[in-house]
Amino acid sequence: MAQTLLDKVWDLHTVRRLPTGQTQLFIGLHLIHEVTTPQAFAMLRERGLAPAFPDRIFGTMDHIIPTSSLRRPAPDPVAEEMMATLEANCHEHHIPLYGLGDAHQGIVHVIGPELGLTQPGMTIACGDSHTSTHGAFGALAFGIGTSQVRDVLASQCLAMDKPKLRRVRFEGTMGPGVTAKDLALAMIRQLGVNGGVGFAYEYAGDAVARMTMDERMTLCNLSIEGGARMGYVNPDDTTFAFLRGREHAPKGEAWDRAVAWWRSIASDANAAADDERAIDAARIGPVVTWGTNPGQSVMVDEPIPDPASLPPGEREAALEALQFMGFDAGEAVKRRRVDVAFIGSCTNARLSDLRAAASLVRGQRVARHVRGLVVPGSREVQHAAEAEGLDEVFKAAGFEWREPGCSLCLGMNDDKLSGAETCASSSNRNFRGRQGSPTGRTLLMSPAMVAAAAVAGEVVDVRSVVPRGGAVQ
Amino acid sequence: MSASRILSVTGRALPLAGDDIDTDRIMPARHLRAITFDGLERHVFGDDRAHASRDGRVHPMDDPRFAGASVMVVNRNFGCGSSREHAPQGLVRWGIRGIIGESFSEIFFGNAVMLGLPAVTAAPADVAALQAAIERDPQIEVRLDLESMRVTAGTLDLAVHLPAAARDALLTGRWDGLGLLLQDFDQVRAFAAKLPYLRDFA
Repeated sequence: MAQTLLDKVWDLHTVRRLPTGQTQLFIGLHLIHEVTTPQAFAMLRERGLAPAFPDRIFGTMDHIIPTSSLRRPAPDPVAEEMMATLEANCHEHHIPLYGLGDAHQGIVHVIGPELGLTQPGMTIACGDSHTSTHGAFGALAFGIGTSQVRDVLASQCLAMDKPKLRRVRFEGTMGPGVTAKDLALAMIRQLGVNGGVGFAYEYAGDAVARMTMDERMTLCNLSIEGGARMGYVNPDDTTFAFLRGREHAPKGEAWDRAVAWWRSIASDANAAADDERAIDAARIGPVVTWGTNPGQSVMVDEPIPDPASLPPGEREAALEALQFMGFDAGEAVKRRRVDVAFIGSCTNARLSDLRAAASLVRGQRVARHVRGLVVPGSREVQHAAEAEGLDEVFKAAGFEWREPGCSLCLGMNDDKLSGAETCASSSNRNFRGRQGSPTGRTLLMSPAMVAAAAVAGEVVDVRSVVPRGGAVQ
Repeated sequence: MSASRILSVTGRALPLAGDDIDTDRIMPARHLRAITFDGLERHVFGDDRAHASRDGRVHPMDDPRFAGASVMVVNRNFGCGSSREHAPQGLVRWGIRGIIGESFSEIFFGNAVMLGLPAVTAAPADVAALQAAIERDPQIEVRLDLESMRVTAGTLDLAVHLPAAARDALLTGRWDGLGLLLQDFDQVRAFAAKLPYLRDFA
């Protein structure tokens, strides 16, 4: 019988069926960071346990670390304590750690793929909901809570229920100025922020087949914003080309064996999904959120919907969101003044994202009232960007060029909005308070749209901006 | 930590209306700046509560009518967003022992069950009726019975749902399932040794 990647990889990792009816699922790769693990290590210690497969665990620091300086001890004593705790835990249990200042440090979902740790056919878990990012490689990758981090540390396994599968096909050619971010946000608007609960998403269609790995990572990253705990793309030559030569990728003859196996775990051509949706990629324009969840969005040239026109269940939330955001029903998102422009996060802080943004700010200036922040996703991205001179492009335009980390995506360090500032953000969540100010307002959009907004000082349609440094990517 | 059986939760309840309430609202990220879960009860819905009080409203968690509630009644997709266990940890430490809602995000649901916090679902109309009943009479005793899978409150008697594995785990006191995962661990090691990416091209 024809099988999907979900079927094959799930079966391959099923150790046994538990008495509860759940699957004991082996986790091939466990990624850890400083914020969701200290309690897990403490619980382990309480029970006299130690990590069972320390060589399948890799650590980095990203959430709380400062992005303004690499100084140790960190000026923020809490950040220092959390970093030191992770260092001590990794040291004690012989877990490789890419700490502050390390050449491979960065946002956990950026460095996994960069190092070739993330590979097709794996199960991958991390105490972070955006672990779905790694699905871009044809892995089953999902976020877990701290008690589950404890379970994976102790047993390299989780008790799980197999999700259903929804195949989302993106057909057609993406227009100029349109990115994987826009496709994902348009999908979430259409299917709902809870539409994916109980499903894994398989992204298919010719638009996905043509995507780069960076784009596929952006798409899979946002699965969780649509309620799907995991999302994946079947591995293909694009996947293998990305992985070849990476530090932890197989080498020599092992590479050939790996590729053969990776091809075999892709969904069979005629394998059915539990649900199937099609989205016309050619009809999607640049998307901007106007509300307080990632499903509340419009294309940049569309008016914000009147709550009265929405289904009854969504009206009240839409009204509250409009009020919180300071928007009126029917208003345009275009021309909304922005105070902060943030280019970063596990969604959009890879080299291609920074290139796209840089192409729009080259030779320009950030508007006088805008604070612009570029936070590369990893040290490797940072160095590659600097080698191309992108840092100079951003700095010349008036952006701050920071050290890698999660930064203003979730406001756990000094990078925060203040008061009711409006932030054009390439991150993933526009929840109330998400960016560190309880009244701060987040407009999610692609990195190019953020860059264009930074220069204009207000939301603009990136398609109407003619970059000085070449075409919009 | 030894788990105990959870057969039912009985107590006064607080209605927390709204769809898609995310874990950033339940527990703002700045309260994740710690290496323990201690004290999280002080920060549950911190920003929402401050916001309500600034607007001259009373957040349900600060409403004296609902003080001491141990059951929370929520709407659709509760706990969406971040995987932070700090959200259900905070609710449990605040005193919540059971949640009834239209639906939950998967990660939140899993985290809750692992803490022995039943998160059961009910039909939207039933959730609305329960919320209304609590609003009318905040003293009403709500009983969530995991054996019969019913919720009773005054004259209301509603069917609720919980996936079989979660229900079984709570009823048998095995909601902290690490013990099961560690059983016959040689089997797990032998299993891992056969995974293609660990055996053939690691």
